[in-house]
Amino acid sequence: MSTSAAVEIESLVKCYGRVPAVDGLSLTIPSGTITSVLGPNGAGKTTTIECCEGYRRPDSGTVRVLGLDPQRDARRLRPRVGVMLQEGAGFYPGARGVELLSHLARLHATPLDVATLVEQLELGDTARTPMRRLSGGQRQRVALAAALVGRPELVFLDEPTAGLDPRMRRSVWDTLSELRAAGVTVVLCTHLIEEAERLADHVVIIHDGQQVAQGSPAELTEDDESTVRFNGRPRLDLASLRDALPEDASVQEVSPGTYVVATTVDPGVLATITSWCAAHDVMPEGLQVGRTSLEDVFIKLTGAEPGTGS
Amino acid sequence: MTTTERRYRPAPGAAPVWRMLVAQTAFETRLLLRHGEQLLLTAVIPVTLLALLAFVPVIDTGAYSRLDFLVPGILALAVMSTSFTSLAIATGYERRYGVLKRLATTPLPRSALLIAKALTVLVVEALQVTLVGGLGAALGWRPTGSVLAVLALIVVGTLAFAGLGFLMAGTLRAEATLAAANLVYLLLLVLGGIIIPLDEFPDGVQPVLMATPAGALADGLRSVLADGSGLPWSGVAILAGWAVAGFAAAARWFRWE
Repeated sequence: MSTSAAVEIESLVKCYGRVPAVDGLSLTIPSGTITSVLGPNGAGKTTTIECCEGYRRPDSGTVRVLGLDPQRDARRLRPRVGVMLQEGAGFYPGARGVELLSHLARLHATPLDVATLVEQLELGDTARTPMRRLSGGQRQRVALAAALVGRPELVFLDEPTAGLDPRMRRSVWDTLSELRAAGVTVVLCTHLIEEAERLADHVVIIHDGQQVAQGSPAELTEDDESTVRFNGRPRLDLASLRDALPEDASVQEVSPGTYVVATTVDPGVLATITSWCAAHDVMPEGLQVGRTSLEDVFIKLTGAEPGTGS
Repeated sequence: MTTTERRYRPAPGAAPVWRMLVAQTAFETRLLLRHGEQLLLTAVIPVTLLALLAFVPVIDTGAYSRLDFLVPGILALAVMSTSFTSLAIATGYERRYGVLKRLATTPLPRSALLIAKALTVLVVEALQVTLVGGLGAALGWRPTGSVLAVLALIVVGTLAFAGLGFLMAGTLRAEATLAAANLVYLLLLVLGGIIIPLDEFPDGVQPVLMATPAGALADGLRSVLADGSGLPWSGVAILAGWAVAGFAAAARWFRWE
């Protein structure tokens, strides 16, 4: 697998009116990876992706997709890139699911076999039903299949598992893993941190129109910091605990009665915490040592809960 | 897992443009012919009107025999129903559902999409001409005139209506397009010289009605098919004017999303 970049964005700016939706964003999506683009509602994810898909012309900065300019080289780029819009949007309401896939296949030189795709994504029940009467989940899967049918090198998928039941969600995850195994670069916009954590080789976090973190999930969560979490009485006075812990440790009551100590956790730190609890007559229930999760990183960088809005 | 790995191995490439054109035209034609409401406009109403008005003498067709007046008018109605009403409604809803946006990421070039839509309209019109002409012939209609002149009128008439259809579909909401396209259909059916001769209207408004695309097309078809005249250049000029204005405005104001 090549290590070159499938997508390279440099200082991208895109405004709607005078409001910048994307404000000096740079990012790299390595070839052959599943890359998750995460960000809260309105962070600029969709605008960024739409600049890559050629829908929007950047106000400034450069966007290179497979080494090409999505505006100038659109015609050469389109056969090589598959796109799935949010909620599986963008289909002839009167066309039947399978019929639509067969049609899109005809626009490509060497498409996937539609019958196999139908079987893989369990689309058999869309053979007789027009798109407008399919359920949201069925439409999503037709849209995913439509993004793949031309055998692209790169696919942009906007929330491909939104609204799917857990079994179908896993089946879509399997498909995405297979795509990676076959050398396809997958750009995955998602709200599900679990999805990113499970699938992504590379994560880009976007906040306020800028890239605030990128790297592998391990890199993003590895700043040597881990956490100790425990429950006790609400509103404990934490000053003496802070004094007892190493300089760089932080102690917070994240919700009433739930305390999180973030530092380099070693047995000594753990002993300090438990003896402080003993001294203050606190039974540290649910005491748990954990690594920073991708979710922690996301919340720390964006101040937002994942999974809200679009 | 080797077989599944092979399954998604990238092999991108666009089909040749002619193949995309054929596929897109066949696909859109199939969707159109399956669409009940569209068929009502493009087939049921023209045929019913022709049959009814041929048998029930409610309209004074003036100097023309009833069929010589009606069949060219109904042909103009058929052209309008497909190249204006049906095209505007279908394109409006495609825009609303994001079809045009999604298609823009496929290998199908935008120009090929427009040509495919034009070919779809021509295919449906060929079916309509067969249907209306066949019914007319069965009722005893005996046209004269040049087939080429008729074809030329239909093509330029189609362009005139299609420009206006695209303009409407590309600027209004889908629901507004649906309502407006049906309203214009109805108005031109009554006022466009299709089933009521224009000389039944007051002298002052006749030139105005004559300058509508429906008026120009119906009158032009009648002069060829009933009178045996050559290509009616004034009608062609009116239709070409509408076509240029319509497409120029559509090119200027059409929003793909």
